[in-house]
Amino acid sequence: MMSPPNILLIEDDCEMRRWLRVILEAEGYRLLFAETGEQGVIEAAARRPELILLDLGLPDLDGVDVIHRVRGWSATPIVVISARGQEKYKVEALDAGADDYVSKPFGVGELLARLRVALRHAATVRTGTEATRFKAGGLEVDLAARWVRVDGQDVHLTPIEYKLLTTLARHPGRMLTHRQLLKEVWGPNFVEHNNYLRVHMSQLRRKIEEQPARPRYILTEPGVGYRLAEDP
Amino acid sequence: MRPDPDQLLQRVRLEEQKRARGRLKVFFGMAAGVGKTYAMLQAARRLRESGRDVVIGYVEPHGRPETEALLAGLEQLPPQRVEYRGTSLRELDLDASLARRPEVLLVDELAHTNSSGSRHAKRWQDVEEILDAGIDVYTTINVQHVESLNDVVSAITGIPVRETVPDFILAESDEIELVDLPPDELLQRFSEGKVYVPDQAKLASQQFFRKGNLIALREMALRKVAENVDAQMRGYRVAHTVQETWPVAERLMVCIGPSPFAKQLVRAAKRTATQLHAAWIVVNVQTPDWSRLPDAVRSRAYEALHLAEQLGAETITLSGDNVTTEALAFARSRNVSKILIGKPAEPLWKRALRGSILDRLVDQSGEIDIYAVSARIKGSEIAPIHGLRSKIPWREYAVAVLVVLGSTLLGLSLQPGIDLADVVMIYLLGIVGVSIRTSHGPGLAACLLSATTFNFFFTTPYYTLAIDRAQFVITFVVMLIVGLTISGLTSRVRAQASFAVERERRTHALFEATRSLSAVGSEGEVLASAARQIAETFEAEVAAFLLGEHSRVVLRTTSHDGEWINAREIGVAQWVADNGRRAGLGTATLSGAEALHLPIPGAGGRTLGALAVRPAEVHGFQDPERMRLLEAIVGQAGAALDRTRLAHIAQEAEVEVETERMRNALLSAVSHDLRTPLATIQGALSGILERGERLPADQQKELLETARSEADRLNRLVHNLLDLTRVQSGDLKLNLDWHPPEELIGAALSQLERSLAGRELCISIAPELSLIRVDGLLLEQVLINLLENAERYSPAGSPIEVKAMRDPGVVVLEICDRGRGFTPGEERRAFERFYRAQPTERGGAGIGLTICGAIVRAHGGTIEARNRDGGGACLRVSLPLPEDPPPFGPEARA
Repeated sequence: MMSPPNILLIEDDCEMRRWLRVILEAEGYRLLFAETGEQGVIEAAARRPELILLDLGLPDLDGVDVIHRVRGWSATPIVVISARGQEKYKVEALDAGADDYVSKPFGVGELLARLRVALRHAATVRTGTEATRFKAGGLEVDLAARWVRVDGQDVHLTPIEYKLLTTLARHPGRMLTHRQLLKEVWGPNFVEHNNYLRVHMSQLRRKIEEQPARPRYILTEPGVGYRLAEDP
Repeated sequence: MRPDPDQLLQRVRLEEQKRARGRLKVFFGMAAGVGKTYAMLQAARRLRESGRDVVIGYVEPHGRPETEALLAGLEQLPPQRVEYRGTSLRELDLDASLARRPEVLLVDELAHTNSSGSRHAKRWQDVEEILDAGIDVYTTINVQHVESLNDVVSAITGIPVRETVPDFILAESDEIELVDLPPDELLQRFSEGKVYVPDQAKLASQQFFRKGNLIALREMALRKVAENVDAQMRGYRVAHTVQETWPVAERLMVCIGPSPFAKQLVRAAKRTATQLHAAWIVVNVQTPDWSRLPDAVRSRAYEALHLAEQLGAETITLSGDNVTTEALAFARSRNVSKILIGKPAEPLWKRALRGSILDRLVDQSGEIDIYAVSARIKGSEIAPIHGLRSKIPWREYAVAVLVVLGSTLLGLSLQPGIDLADVVMIYLLGIVGVSIRTSHGPGLAACLLSATTFNFFFTTPYYTLAIDRAQFVITFVVMLIVGLTISGLTSRVRAQASFAVERERRTHALFEATRSLSAVGSEGEVLASAARQIAETFEAEVAAFLLGEHSRVVLRTTSHDGEWINAREIGVAQWVADNGRRAGLGTATLSGAEALHLPIPGAGGRTLGALAVRPAEVHGFQDPERMRLLEAIVGQAGAALDRTRLAHIAQEAEVEVETERMRNALLSAVSHDLRTPLATIQGALSGILERGERLPADQQKELLETARSEADRLNRLVHNLLDLTRVQSGDLKLNLDWHPPEELIGAALSQLERSLAGRELCISIAPELSLIRVDGLLLEQVLINLLENAERYSPAGSPIEVKAMRDPGVVVLEICDRGRGFTPGEERRAFERFYRAQPTERGGAGIGLTICGAIVRAHGGTIEARNRDGGGACLRVSLPLPEDPPPFGPEARA
């Protein structure tokens, strides 16, 4: 077993640092702290953490700038902490290269899940071993054999729907922005056409979800994007 | 008897005005040389010694050592030098006086006429402006310069007096000090050369300074001062309720016409009115003949009316057929007790024939006393009027002659076949024709000419003017009378018609102005409308100025291109706006301007700006009726401006009150609803921290769960507050996009996962409803609030229904519960700000539904609440359905 992963927490609020430290150290992570964006970038370069947990509302730097600067030389996964209602910044952060986000206020379970997904994703990228099969609850996707099953039943998808689902399935549990999905499925010229995505997502849901208004597999993050549930 | 409240009010108002206005002290004398200037300077020195800021604005250079000695040590403003025909004239420097702003300013010779090029024609106008600026003024005046006494003095002394001061200046003065000297002493001083008289008046002064004259003048001066003291005492009595008897108010009416003596009649009336302490009205009755009078004659009446206004009379122009009837009807309507009229000027035979206005007035006046005033006073100057005869309409006379000639030829050609009566008819037809087409004179000429030719050609003996048979005499006389009557009547009817048209035009203009001004909303529209109305009615160019920042006038609108508006006109407008009096063309102030500038009156005596009217004709506003109409329209415009301003202020105030009310409500709601969950969280956490070891694990968990659910609630509340701020700030921009309804509903449900645990949720979404166009985040908030509301007001475990469907033209989202529903009337109040169903129940700032309403309205939709059959409440959101179907993307077809 490797040594416990280092997490760099860039957060200016003392109380936030305090309770995050308690929770995360109890989970076996080792915590490094930075109180400002500048300090965070230096710590990230000097200490090489396995993951960066970044609050977007920093006193000195715009959180998105921190992402840009770290992404210049590192692929370290970055999870962003942001307030709800700042969807625009979340999308900016994700498009700038952040891996995921949690909205303030958030529960411990939610945070740990994001961290797990981000670390695992980084590991797959590092090792180059991408899973060809995805399974969550009753939903099964085989990327190699190109089939989709819900509760053991084959589901027939249009090429677009299939591509949408497989794009999500390649990053299980991870937030994908509308822009990222549009770029992946339709191509770089269609990144502004949110409505395409919504129409096809709606159709895809009707095919795989029992109750589209209470989805189990494809979760909506209003104003940001979609996430394939890891373990519904 | 109690004083009349109106009078008291008037007095209070006057006193308030006076407080802001400077006080006027007049040193009043019977003639030059009594020592007015000396007395004034002495008074000034006393003031100076008591520490007041006294400045000499202007004192005539007397060249007497006693006076010069008094001048020494007093601050003196340098006089303004005005070049006039090669000589340098000294004038009071008005602007320097206003700029210096002393406490008391000394201005000698109030009756002085300023040299041309000065702002005001008369020095007393300068003094008025200085008083208005709040500066006290000391001044001097001689009795012969009082307007109402002017012609009496002229009559006594035989010397015309041109420089006069209107009586109201004296009446409004706060103090009059009579500077008196026995005539003998004055004569002695005069003979010793101690009386200052300008060189050019040397000769006249010899005639003036005679004992008889001085005695008469002294008596007049004493009486004038006594009158003033009397008026002051009466004022005091009103204010202090001293009076026991209050005389029945006399009201005096004066009838004037275009007579050369009209002005004298007005002055006589003023004297009488003052002696009787009566209010007085000057009336000018315009008969249809009025319009046929030459301009110069008519302007005599206008000048007399103007003088009357200056002397403090009310002036009225009446129109009608009959001077006597109109004047008496008006007199009765105003309870006039005495009528003054000039003695008839017509020769006796004329009066015997046609009667005079005086006779008719005496006959019909009933209880009203009639005074006939001799208007002619020896020595008074009456300027002969040139062009008194109007131009003779030769063309019309030619027409008359031609028509009579035609009638004669026609008559002759039909002879001897027709009867003589028929010939008369032909002539009469001609006369009627001429009378209809031309003015009075040619009609009369046609009549006389017809009679003559008839006599000449058709009655025996032919071709002579003699008549030999009695029958012809009758024919001839009847023809003459009928012809004259027809011609007279016709021209009268014509004049009346044109008179009526003119009156109708005025009434219509005022009506139109009132109507159009009441219909417009903004300041700019009011001004534009007024300018257009005035331009059309008076055939003039109009510009409107309003007082803007730093009390500077700003040109707001012009009727035409406004090319004539230059710095001078703007200067005049500024003066008018500052002083609230008219100026410019045709007035005595800044009369060099091309336009007449009128103040635009606002509420409470304020002046809102100035309206400049540049008539096509220079004398365009000499007729007081036109002036009055113009003022009425400008007054209407002022009222309309006030109205728009008040409406604006009221609206702002209302918004402010509403904002304030809303802020207070929000603050109290928020402070309550933020603290409640915080209290729970704090209580639960401190319970575990401090008493944790004594609590069993399941109770600890319960406490923690309570804290967490309260934190969730707090989170939602904060979110709502943020949304409310966005909505209220007014710059809410909808981020409209296509969203599948299930996605929005799903997102809302996931936010409420914990609080909705254990609830049965029935979700139905119409399949044809693939996408709706909304702001996703805001609509999610609406759904969260509605779901939370349903959860809060229905029993735990009861089902909640969520529906999305399509109705004609709308998308409908419905959230229904099985709770207690709404009490009657509550359905509507539910969307009022911060209304909460039962304040004692579980929290929520009541802003949830307020937010919902605001968001849905921003989408152009509606939100309604109703009770369901079988119990429970339903909240229904209807959003407009966009026409264009959502695009599906290129690959959708693949």
